[in-house]
Amino acid sequence: MRAFTQHQGLVAPMDRSNVDTDMIIPKQFLKSIKRTGFGPNLFDELRYLDEGKPDQDSSQRPLNPDFVLNQPRYKGASVLLARSNFGCGSSREHAPWALDDYGFRVIIAPSFADIFYNNCFKNGLLPIVLEEKIVDQLFQEAEASEGYKLTVDLEAKTVVTPSGESFGFDVDDFRRHCLLHGLDDIGVTLEDAELIKSYEDQRRQTAPWLFGAGQ
Amino acid sequence: MAGKTLYDKLWDDHLIKQRDDGSALIYIDRHLLHEVTSPQAFEGLRLANRKPWRIDANLATPDHNVPTTDREKGIEGIVDPVSRIQVETLGKNCDEFGILEFKIMDQRQGIVHVIGPEQGATLPGMTIVCGDSHTSTHGAFGCLAHGIGTSEVEHVLATQCLVQQKMKNMLVKVNGQLGKGVTGKDVVLAIIGKIGTAGGTGYAIEFGGEAIQNLSMEGRMTICNMAIEAGARVGMVAVDGTTIEYVKGRPFSPTGDAWDAAVKYWRTLHSDLDAEFDKVVELDGADIMPQVSWGTSPEMVADVTGNVPDPAKEEDPIKREGIERALKYMGLQANQAITDIMLDRVFIGSCTNSRIEDLREAASVVKGRKVAKSLKQAMVVPGSGLVKAQAEAEGLDQIFMDAGLEWRDPGCSMCLAMNADKLGQGEHCASTSNRNFEGRQGFGGRTHLVSPAMAAAAAIAGHFVDVRELLN
Repeated sequence: MRAFTQHQGLVAPMDRSNVDTDMIIPKQFLKSIKRTGFGPNLFDELRYLDEGKPDQDSSQRPLNPDFVLNQPRYKGASVLLARSNFGCGSSREHAPWALDDYGFRVIIAPSFADIFYNNCFKNGLLPIVLEEKIVDQLFQEAEASEGYKLTVDLEAKTVVTPSGESFGFDVDDFRRHCLLHGLDDIGVTLEDAELIKSYEDQRRQTAPWLFGAGQ
Repeated sequence: MAGKTLYDKLWDDHLIKQRDDGSALIYIDRHLLHEVTSPQAFEGLRLANRKPWRIDANLATPDHNVPTTDREKGIEGIVDPVSRIQVETLGKNCDEFGILEFKIMDQRQGIVHVIGPEQGATLPGMTIVCGDSHTSTHGAFGCLAHGIGTSEVEHVLATQCLVQQKMKNMLVKVNGQLGKGVTGKDVVLAIIGKIGTAGGTGYAIEFGGEAIQNLSMEGRMTICNMAIEAGARVGMVAVDGTTIEYVKGRPFSPTGDAWDAAVKYWRTLHSDLDAEFDKVVELDGADIMPQVSWGTSPEMVADVTGNVPDPAKEEDPIKREGIERALKYMGLQANQAITDIMLDRVFIGSCTNSRIEDLREAASVVKGRKVAKSLKQAMVVPGSGLVKAQAEAEGLDQIFMDAGLEWRDPGCSMCLAMNADKLGQGEHCASTSNRNFEGRQGFGGRTHLVSPAMAAAAAIAGHFVDVRELLN
């Protein structure tokens, strides 16, 4: 996995709460058996005026001029500023894959849905929870000044605005450690293979009905 | 010291290692797989030259992409080549690694959250995961069950474990009795309406109280299925006689001495009387009316006797904007009566409501009646080949077809429209599925979430009606 230490990037404010993973990447694009190539279909139904189909050249499609990511000032944004309960709904990891493929590295919101939040960390994408009033302030600043960038430091657990104002955020130590070092967490778990085996052996004795296939 | 909740017990029984950083290694008893969220995980295994840790913990079936017609053609019947590749890829991966798969022509094929319980592959006390958020369904059996992403699918395949943070405990207690015509679906929609789609975020929810205890396993599964729509990855119901009776005699269920030992353990799977919850929400079952969702989020629900809300009366500006946006997308007017919403299609199916009891409820409403001429389509999609066979043995298929509903083959179907079953732009659908998000059932489609009985009643009327009037 790609490591994440620090990132400075242009901020795109998406002023809508309860953005679900169907909205982030609609179902017709989940038919791919790859992890890449979802970027052109990120927010497909909001971003384009027509109905998107898999394997289509999206560069020729009519854009929705009102959608935030279609505004020239947010071109190249890598920090998504969002509202509460971002990523609710389906567990599809295609949602962080699409955000990542588009070029986002950080998502800031007052709250995230649990499964989406977890999926982000597996893909080098950093979801940051900040208090609602801070997020409100960032929305105002990002909308007021073109080229508004935020600097995110995972080591220091801070988000710093262009004026130098710094906000701390919480992230659990294991996820932070894996992300900072780009660790393969399967490899980390397999370091405990002996523990897993001994747990399993004991369970075969105490709960034998959990083992063996059906008839 | 306070007693343990059901969630505490399940967590403690599967804890392999508590790490200093607050994370924990949890053992997974059962891993269910389907074609959409697994291909990249198998590919990851191959790239890292890893093998599945424990083959017999896995059970797979294709469900999201399968067609609900022409099933005698097997995989060749999948018209969309991209869908076909995904179903073929699941087959190849399961064959390569020796994982049991109920393939498209197998009578045991069906929606992954229907076949697990049906086979007894879902047993009380298990930890169960699947790359699908509706894995919470299995919590109805006193399991710790939740959806995971594809990276975690790979992690479980490779290690039989997950790295988890312990969640907080929430009790949702539904007291008293439910009224006639009020089902598990109405209960869970009412709960989501009350606590909101983020109300359960960070919590494992246990559903309890007299109304839940009186429900069948099908009703409990419907409720746990939609825990995720309240933001909770995990929904659970304590084990009781109903649970044990359901599990008995199924293909994967234990027998003989193992059965007796299992039952003894399963009987402990309930929250202790003195257990403490971080949050408790109570509802009175008698207050719950048949529910209909009017908006684009599962919390946007109303009693069938009620009206679409008026955004002008909402004080919170973000909520007001959400209501306005939803009404625009849904093509509805503020204050419109729910029973005035005209429908184009009716869908009875999905991992929420496609089990035998759901089909019986719907059939009892349409029996001897005819689907409204104004509808373009009304379809019933059973949850598995075995549910289909059972329904046909009971003559339910004939009741549906006589009334003018289509009787289809099993799969996820129009719940998320990855196969050919979908809504056209602007069409209103009474659907027994779980999500009414924009575009969920088809580009521009308008979903209204309801119970099977309410969907059946709506099919007859062509618009929403209070099913209780038809039951009298």
